[in-house]
Amino acid sequence: MPIEILMPALSPTMEEGNLSKWLKNEGDKIVAGDVIAEIETDKATMEVEAVDEGILGKQLIAAGTEGVKVNTPIAVLLQDGESAADIGKGAAPAKAEAPATAAAPAAAAPAAAPVAAAPKTEVAADPDIPAGTEMVSTTVREALRDAMAEEMRRDGDVFIMGEEVAEYQGAYKITQGLLQEFGPRRVVDTPITEHGFAGVGVGAAMAGLRPIVEFMTFNFAMQAIDQIVNSAAKTLYMSGGQMGAPIVFRGPSGAAARVAAQHSQCYAAWYSHIPGLKVVMPYSAADAKGLLKAAIRDPNPVIFLENEILYGHSFDVPKLDDFVLPIGKARIHKTGKDVTIVSFGIGMTYAIKAEAELRAMGIDVEIIDLRTIRPLDFDTIIASVKKTNRLVVVEEGYPQSSVGDFIANQVSQRAFDHLDAPVITIAGKDVPMPYAANLEKLALPNVGEVIEAVKAVTYR
Amino acid sequence: MATAAKKAPAKAKSDSKSQSAPVTPKPADFTKEQDVAAYREMLLIRRFEEKAGQLYGMGFIGGFCHLYIGQEAVVTGLQMSLIEGDQMITAYRDHGHMLAMGLSARGVMAELAGRRGGLSKGKGGSMHMFSKEKHFYGGHGIVGAQVSLGTGLAFANRYRENPNVSVTYFGDGAANQGQVYESFNMASLWKLPVIYVIENNRYAMGTAVSRASAETDFSQRGLSFKIPGIQVDGMDVRAVKAAGDLATEWCRSGNGPIILEMQTYRYRGHSMSDPAKYRSKDEVQKMRSEHDPIEQVKARLIAKKWASEDDLKAVDKDVRDIVADAADFAQTDPEPDVAELWTDILI
Ligand SMILES: Cc1ncc(C[n+]2csc(CCOP(=O)(O)OP(=O)(O)O)c2C)c(N)n1
Ligand SMILES: [Mg+2]
Repeated sequence: MPIEILMPALSPTMEEGNLSKWLKNEGDKIVAGDVIAEIETDKATMEVEAVDEGILGKQLIAAGTEGVKVNTPIAVLLQDGESAADIGKGAAPAKAEAPATAAAPAAAAPAAAPVAAAPKTEVAADPDIPAGTEMVSTTVREALRDAMAEEMRRDGDVFIMGEEVAEYQGAYKITQGLLQEFGPRRVVDTPITEHGFAGVGVGAAMAGLRPIVEFMTFNFAMQAIDQIVNSAAKTLYMSGGQMGAPIVFRGPSGAAARVAAQHSQCYAAWYSHIPGLKVVMPYSAADAKGLLKAAIRDPNPVIFLENEILYGHSFDVPKLDDFVLPIGKARIHKTGKDVTIVSFGIGMTYAIKAEAELRAMGIDVEIIDLRTIRPLDFDTIIASVKKTNRLVVVEEGYPQSSVGDFIANQVSQRAFDHLDAPVITIAGKDVPMPYAANLEKLALPNVGEVIEAVKAVTYR
Repeated sequence: MATAAKKAPAKAKSDSKSQSAPVTPKPADFTKEQDVAAYREMLLIRRFEEKAGQLYGMGFIGGFCHLYIGQEAVVTGLQMSLIEGDQMITAYRDHGHMLAMGLSARGVMAELAGRRGGLSKGKGGSMHMFSKEKHFYGGHGIVGAQVSLGTGLAFANRYRENPNVSVTYFGDGAANQGQVYESFNMASLWKLPVIYVIENNRYAMGTAVSRASAETDFSQRGLSFKIPGIQVDGMDVRAVKAAGDLATEWCRSGNGPIILEMQTYRYRGHSMSDPAKYRSKDEVQKMRSEHDPIEQVKARLIAKKWASEDDLKAVDKDVRDIVADAADFAQTDPEPDVAELWTDILI
């Protein structure tokens, strides 16, 4: 039976790719290990290797086709004695079936209701962007790169270092092109020595340089957390104000997809605990750009938490020569009057999806994107709570001592009389991130939980 | 109170004779049985990894998946020197290590697919697998962390005064982590029976050894801690076995730690999502055609007339059947019960 060759998934987050080039022609003999085609994702160009032997019977997808979904048949491989006439005859044995879910009774967690063609949320204008500014659709990945490039052009003391940031162009391609523009003096590949290079960065900052230290992911910054907390955060205080550490530690934080317990932690609450640090966690590309530029200019150590899943998302970014946003100021993503949802980073995706469904139920939600976790913009939160009298906080991190817990505590002290319901905090489950697909889904917050929480605080 | 010091690890065995610094031994002379066994073991790892790569492409395996293809001789040769109770610990490139320890292909593949029949019930995945029964202590996702843990396993051996050694694997990239050297110092100070196996496959992700390491002779990395080390041809399973015999003997006679730098090569990208643009196709091709660990044994078996092409085909068929069975199992075994989300957090 002819074997179908399927569009492969080549990274944890890949859903589709472009088939850029065929390297084997119809009629060619293929042995296992032969590179038969090149595919392109937003991150990289990858090769498709054959795993079976045979003759390439037919190319089903033309070279240059964009947006080919993972698992789409792209070619047919003929086995001994088969000819092109056999194509389409046999069933396709290599077709991937969806993973068995027999053991997962769906009732275990509040499942998200199917989204009924939700009208797009009208994003409120950011008062920090002048009205009428031209907008350019940009991915978070590009926005971060642009922010660094602009600041490096502006200030010769700004440099970036980290694992694979230079020649490899970034493990997640955030530093793409920087080595080419700024050279190896300012774009520095480090060995795998987080504790060491974090300390080197802090020392360089104490000497007056402006380092950007990239952690491949913040999970690996745990190797370096002593230098971040004990050196970067405390030097200004300990020196009686004589010297501090103007440094940015940045990289992805939180769960990606199926990377399991040691690679899936959100560090928002962890670093928000530390006086002497600023903690920024943007959701949109505009905020990523404006806040990273602000972080690089800030004279304090700034923890800049990104998210791997958001890297490929596109947003409108204002076309301005020098777009810098204030650290410490939340953004009202959507105005509403019935209930306030506060979130940040990838948590916003749950809030936004929930809002669309809640709108269909007649509940008018106000969404606040915190953007900065420390210092926390309570003015914006409390003004909103005074209007809506109800508050739900959404985040992916662990529930105990979460960002939401702190907000709930402060709001109950500062605006108790304005609350018509207890504050509900939605967080990730109190477990290490499991690998299995069904368990991972359960460990993360979901839209259904946000909707239930909003219904609870609005007594619906 | 003072009695607690009786079994203190700092007390090196008094009878330990100080030996002269070890040098790289000649490759072991293999019997026919040893060569056939090594061939079979390495082929199993290779075929298993090829299948894992295929299942990843089909979406059955998610997250990060690091294949061991090209490095099979390292774990296969070393395993031949171990005795019951010796421990093994490594990083995320761990599938081959588990197969070599005799863990079932089904259990490993099902873990890669996140199914309940996996070695960690589907909760750990490719990078985080363990087997208490076989003394396999993981499967670790944080580069370098396993080196201190492996040193701790050796501490336990010394504490209990048992004959076992801890075989602690890590990469050329991991060899730059600070805790590696903190561990070296303690291991040497306390004469812990640990074999540090540095799998130098010439790259850490996209970084060639010379771009990340001031000293690229990893066998010398223990020098300032008085830990001897040797460089070994990690593509020749007989060379690995000879080094394994030397190292286990060194540790078991109370001499403390030793470093084996295994010079090897990974054929595939770092993980599935690595386009591997940092090295030339010729470099990979040259390794494959001139140094392949499996082809070396195959050529030897044929030349010595220890096996015919047909015999080897039969081995291949056997191995393919095992792998196909593991893949079938991994694709049909159910995902973990949802109640598992909340288990195994605390006892
Ligand atoms: C502390 C830490 N930093 C970074 C990473 C990301 N990372 C995973 S593997 C790897 C390269 C390691 O290379 P090496 O030690 O040579 O082992 P190999 O992959 O070649 O087997 C890196 C940088 C990590 N997992 N942990
Ligand atoms: Mg390596």
